[in-house]
Amino acid sequence: MPTYIALTYTADVDWTRPEYAEETKEYIAFGQAAADVLRGGHALYPTATATTVRVPDGKGGEVVTSDGPYTETKEALTGFYLLECADLDEAVAVAAKIPAAWNGTVEIRPVITF
Amino acid sequence: MTTGDAVARLVREEGPRVLATLIRVTGNIELAEDVMQDAVVRALETWPRDGVPGNPRGWLLVTARHRAIDLVRRRARGTAKEAEAMAMTDPPPEPVEVVRDDLLRLVFTCCHPALSLEAQVALALRTLGGLSTAEVARALLVPEATMAKRLTRAKRKIVQARIPYRVPAADELPARLAGVAATIYLIFNEGYAAGAGADLVRTALTVEAVRLARLLAELMPDEPTVLGLLALLLLQNSRRGARLDADGRPVLLADQDRGRWNAVEIREGVERVGQALRRTPDRPDAYVVQAAIAACHALAPSPAATNWDAVVSWYDVLLTVQDTSVIRLNRAVAVAERDGPAAGLTLVDAISGLTAYPWWHATRAELLLRLGRGEEAREAYGQALAAGMSEPQARHLRDRLATC
Repeated sequence: MPTYIALTYTADVDWTRPEYAEETKEYIAFGQAAADVLRGGHALYPTATATTVRVPDGKGGEVVTSDGPYTETKEALTGFYLLECADLDEAVAVAAKIPAAWNGTVEIRPVITF
Repeated sequence: MTTGDAVARLVREEGPRVLATLIRVTGNIELAEDVMQDAVVRALETWPRDGVPGNPRGWLLVTARHRAIDLVRRRARGTAKEAEAMAMTDPPPEPVEVVRDDLLRLVFTCCHPALSLEAQVALALRTLGGLSTAEVARALLVPEATMAKRLTRAKRKIVQARIPYRVPAADELPARLAGVAATIYLIFNEGYAAGAGADLVRTALTVEAVRLARLLAELMPDEPTVLGLLALLLLQNSRRGARLDADGRPVLLADQDRGRWNAVEIREGVERVGQALRRTPDRPDAYVVQAAIAACHALAPSPAATNWDAVVSWYDVLLTVQDTSVIRLNRAVAVAERDGPAAGLTLVDAISGLTAYPWWHATRAELLLRLGRGEEAREAYGQALAAGMSEPQARHLRDRLATC
């Protein structure tokens, strides 16, 4: 069965803060309801914690790290789930129950298994 | 017609059906297209020489399947995937209803909402319509390389994201069917808007769209949406010969030479509207209602003899399923024909949100002109022209403006 990753794009939030406790509960409820197809997933710390890593001079070269990225868009990557579904229609049906689907956007991509 | 032409036509007619079955059997749209192409090449080589086989569809299917088995075996040598190839050697069942279901699955795959609308249109023309990539590209005014890339990307997505190859369940069917109808309607409009002097491949899109709608009606003969779509396309297409003048300028419905409307298409269109209405539950389908309006026009021997009462009633029905300002405007035009320009103008003035829409101003102008309010009409024509439209349409309005 193919695996899909569901990337949640929503307002940039800090899930650890108490004001998001209610919303976090909704995600937990989704996780329980979708337990049969869920193969993993995590919420992410806000983009303020993000670090970009590059090795611009090629493999083995100097490591350049920078703060961010901060995008101009209102929606940031805030979490992801791995879903094992029979096909895209089933994955869409599951993704439509993730709270991010109505608080933002959910992007589904098939995962390559080498 | 030469034997070669007859063979080419036969191959094109059978092609989508064979392809649909091959996709089910191989589970891979790209592989299915490749082996289908090989089978077509062999048919075009051997049939004119050796004669057309008794069962052309069966011949194409068997030839393509053998090729697919060869390919899969070669690619999968020594791996577990060999089982897949072996499963394919079982002769597939081929009764009519299986072929029909295969085609229907292909329709819903090509028009899946996870594909962009332009990809849906291209796929429908390529795989369901059997057009070559070059023909699809020319018809849609896109360079061939771009179209090839677009088709490849869409087919990859079907395979990699596993867009299912199946007819949607009853609860999703109305929405998905509406998507299929929208794609076919878009193809029709591409061809309809192309106008005179355009590439014939482009104007032939209307014929392709009617063919696709007919195919869909054959596959789902009880769906009002499908019957309504086919009826609407037939009735709009019936006016093809009269909608442009000798200089390629659009002729208004009221000024068209009705003797040049296609009576055969009108007859079938009206019949299909009837079928659709008999199958319509409490909530009518927008295509069916639009087709009913088109039928009122098609059946009128002259503009004055149009049953405007019926037209207005159908617009009332249409507004219950699709309430937009443009539909309100069209209804107001019909009311003006039935009850006079003053009644129409009152309704037009009551519609909000259309000040950027040139036809709202143009309709106001026409009604003001009929009421003898020349100065206001002139002003409204000016606003219509300022809102922007195609040159032939603007020329028509300037002609009207000159009579104010």
